[in-house]
Amino acid sequence: MSNVLLVAEHLNQSLKKSSLHALEAARQIASRSGGKVFGLVVGKGVGEVANELARHGVEVLVADDARVEHPLAEAWSKVVEKAAKEVSATYVVAASGSQSKDVLPRVAARLGAGMASDVIGFGGEGAEITFKRPMWAGSVIAEVEITTPVKVLTVRPTDFSAAQPGEAGQVRSLELPDLGTIRTHFVEFRQVKSERPPLTEARIVVSGGRGTRGDFSPVEALADQLGAAVGATRAAVDAGWVPNDLQVGQTGKTVAPDLYIALGISGAIQHVAGMKGSKVIVAINKDPDAPIFQIADYGLVGDLFQVVPELQKALTGK
Amino acid sequence: MKILCGVKRVEDPDQKIKVNPDGSWIALDGINYKPNPYDEIAVEEALRLKEAHGSGEVVVVSIGGEESVTEMRHAMAMGADRGILVKVSERVDSDAAARLLAKVVEREKPDLVILGRQAVDSDQGQTGQLLAEYLGWGQATFAAKFESLESEEEKAKKPGLQVQDGKVRVIREIDGGLEVLDVELPAVVTTELRLNHPRYASLPGIMKAKKKPVEELTPADLGVDVTPKVKIRKLSSPPERKAGIKVPDVATLVEKLRNEAKVI
Amino acid sequence: MNFELTEEQIALRDAARKFAREVIAPVAAKYDRTGEFPYEVISKGFELGLMNLTVPAEYGGLGLSKVDQVLVVEELAAGCVGIATSMGANDLALLPILIGGTPEQKERFVRPFTEKLRFASFCLTEPGAGSDAAGLSTTAVRDGDHYVLNGTKMWITNGGVAEQYTVFATVDKARGHKGITCFVVEGRPEGLGVGKPEDKLGQRASNTVQLTFDNVRVPVENRIGEEGDGWRIAMATLDQSRPMTAAFAVGVGRAAMEHAIAYAKERKQFGQPIANFQAIQFMLADMATELHAARLLTLEAAWLTDAGKRSTLVSSHAKRFAADTAMKVCTDAVQIFGGYGYSKEYPVEKLFRDAKLIQIYEGTSQIQRLVIARELLRG
Repeated sequence: MSNVLLVAEHLNQSLKKSSLHALEAARQIASRSGGKVFGLVVGKGVGEVANELARHGVEVLVADDARVEHPLAEAWSKVVEKAAKEVSATYVVAASGSQSKDVLPRVAARLGAGMASDVIGFGGEGAEITFKRPMWAGSVIAEVEITTPVKVLTVRPTDFSAAQPGEAGQVRSLELPDLGTIRTHFVEFRQVKSERPPLTEARIVVSGGRGTRGDFSPVEALADQLGAAVGATRAAVDAGWVPNDLQVGQTGKTVAPDLYIALGISGAIQHVAGMKGSKVIVAINKDPDAPIFQIADYGLVGDLFQVVPELQKALTGK
Repeated sequence: MKILCGVKRVEDPDQKIKVNPDGSWIALDGINYKPNPYDEIAVEEALRLKEAHGSGEVVVVSIGGEESVTEMRHAMAMGADRGILVKVSERVDSDAAARLLAKVVEREKPDLVILGRQAVDSDQGQTGQLLAEYLGWGQATFAAKFESLESEEEKAKKPGLQVQDGKVRVIREIDGGLEVLDVELPAVVTTELRLNHPRYASLPGIMKAKKKPVEELTPADLGVDVTPKVKIRKLSSPPERKAGIKVPDVATLVEKLRNEAKVI
Repeated sequence: MNFELTEEQIALRDAARKFAREVIAPVAAKYDRTGEFPYEVISKGFELGLMNLTVPAEYGGLGLSKVDQVLVVEELAAGCVGIATSMGANDLALLPILIGGTPEQKERFVRPFTEKLRFASFCLTEPGAGSDAAGLSTTAVRDGDHYVLNGTKMWITNGGVAEQYTVFATVDKARGHKGITCFVVEGRPEGLGVGKPEDKLGQRASNTVQLTFDNVRVPVENRIGEEGDGWRIAMATLDQSRPMTAAFAVGVGRAAMEHAIAYAKERKQFGQPIANFQAIQFMLADMATELHAARLLTLEAAWLTDAGKRSTLVSSHAKRFAADTAMKVCTDAVQIFGGYGYSKEYPVEKLFRDAKLIQIYEGTSQIQRLVIARELLRG
């Protein structure tokens, strides 16, 4: 029996949707390993997060305690370790958000486990599971084997569908282990607030790059008209034109919306790595030779400052 | 203040990477190498901290073959003081890299270790966190700063990390915004892109770098077994996304999106 | 024989290449358009040690060999040869002092240029003495412990921004080249007139002016070498600087070739990339062969200088062949780009204009041939 522990990510007392995608991945593993999936929610005042996860048919452990209010890797890794041992987990799984990327490697070290990051699919036969993950900014897909008894992974939410609600599982509390001396101290969190849908969950994403020359107003106007999220390239974020939370790419967010509209984006490998899973890609760029056109379903050569207002007009037309 | 930085030799991220026909590895023909871009940011930050504190030492560590010395020389041309090459003949995974680094840290006893948040070849993003755990240290991943890379602060080459009273204050770029942590020293910090613009190696720097010492160690010297916990079985190319069509005007685009792709 | 670069040479070249790609190339078109002096770029280059490359370490320079220098210069020129010319002008202006000056003069006239970004100009050419440099007519008349300079100098690189001028003048026109003497004019003394920047066809980022000397007084201790040593000093300077000029040419040509290759792979005609057509392939192949030959000549000329051997013949080979090759490569690159090559929207027309100047300055292609023929027919 090989159980799977799913570590939930949450923000502002609500479960992140990406965790439901990770739950789907956890289920796929469990169905092959013959084990059971357990959820883990760590934080303070996270009872509702645990309930929501449980409503998706999972038994959930919740460590609700002021001492683990902030996701400090030093502390959280000890909690995850304890939970993994308590449910005899062979697999520890989480969505590859910044919390899990920060915490899970420490969990792996504590469990003597090997870890695969950003898993996009599984290979192997039956209970012998291998993990498919991108390398070199997604130019290569590696199939890897984790040789240790316990295996830790983060999975890319865009490559798994979201788990559906099911018969509610039990929620039980997990007592904190001895956290020892924690040498990391939380000071503050400056949240970026936005009225727009979250980048990784939006059905449509409108992104801007260097071609905006710092003026994101056409990008935002089009996004708002379409009810879309706003994304950006590394260049635009580096220049301080938009908050870093909007970066799409190798080291930013991976998105896979139904429609991705790239405005003034050249199409560097690092950016494409984060959006090539989109169903339909539209590129609007002045440079007819921009590499983005090689992956776009519909390309339009033109200045975004002229094209976008026209496009907005055409969209209101019918 | 003594700072240790990791410098990994990686394939130049601006070139096209292709898989060998047998899937054993990538095609290495005509491939150029560079220091991992995140590691350059780590070295830059270490140099700024050293400059801001008026004294200190920046030691760069590379795990790889003899050829990795080139990337360490680049870091030394930027200003790092010396190098340590942990010579391995086979590729090591993140866990082995972290255990090797932990042993180097035990010998060197730095106040701070700054690593890139990930190497752009393996894209695992684990080494810094693993190292912190093996050392029992605090960590702050994805270090950035409030100011943009076009800001006056950046032009003045101010460090983004603030070290004082035995702590390092780190602004972390995480989902949803920026988080500020204080980590007691010694600590491990990993760098995000928005921490700094690494300086260019100057010509005098390059001339000086060749005279800086590079110590060579082996996993055996450090007593570390580098058998990987994560083994790569096979590489393949991702499905190619085919180029679509170019549309002549906005009207056609909207028509296609409505009636052909049916996404709006 | 060994054609291998050292690890350090590769690092120097790569540093210059990175600077050229990331700092020079993005602004090259802008400075070409405006003709403004690219002070900001040059200032960054100075901080990275990309100027005064061959000034010996004892005077604060990098003390690079000529071979190192041409490796670096080719990269800078591939970014923008106008900017590279301005960056290299100090090397040319300080060389006569390094060749013929006393240690005290080197300390006084060379070291300040390694400590802070300052510009110096080499002033030989005159309105009536271009290729016939020995026919110069700027005069220097001794007056107590000074010389008084009168005359006009043309096409002076960085003349409008320089703080020091290395000027060649004759103390006695009747003595022909044996009257030519070298002086260092400091600052902007009374009587020195600086003309407006020339509105040039190419290399528009480099500052080029006319200078007039109207009773400019120069202290005797600013004379480099003895009276009459000037010609020897000027010729030795040009022998040594020709490899640098040849490297400018190789850099421009290489940039044009790289653009042509990229374009030929992308541009489709008759349903396929034009790179598939032999007509294009042959042009590209010739570019590569000739640029490679030009680079090898350049490196040999530099190597001869480093080895302290007479380099006149090979450096003329290098300068002549590299300049003519750059022109040809740029012409063909424009051809490969077709109509787009003729447009300012695309980069090759600038290279085409820039290349032309290299066939003219630092000894025209015709003068180089004269030097070569003279060397062949000597003795």
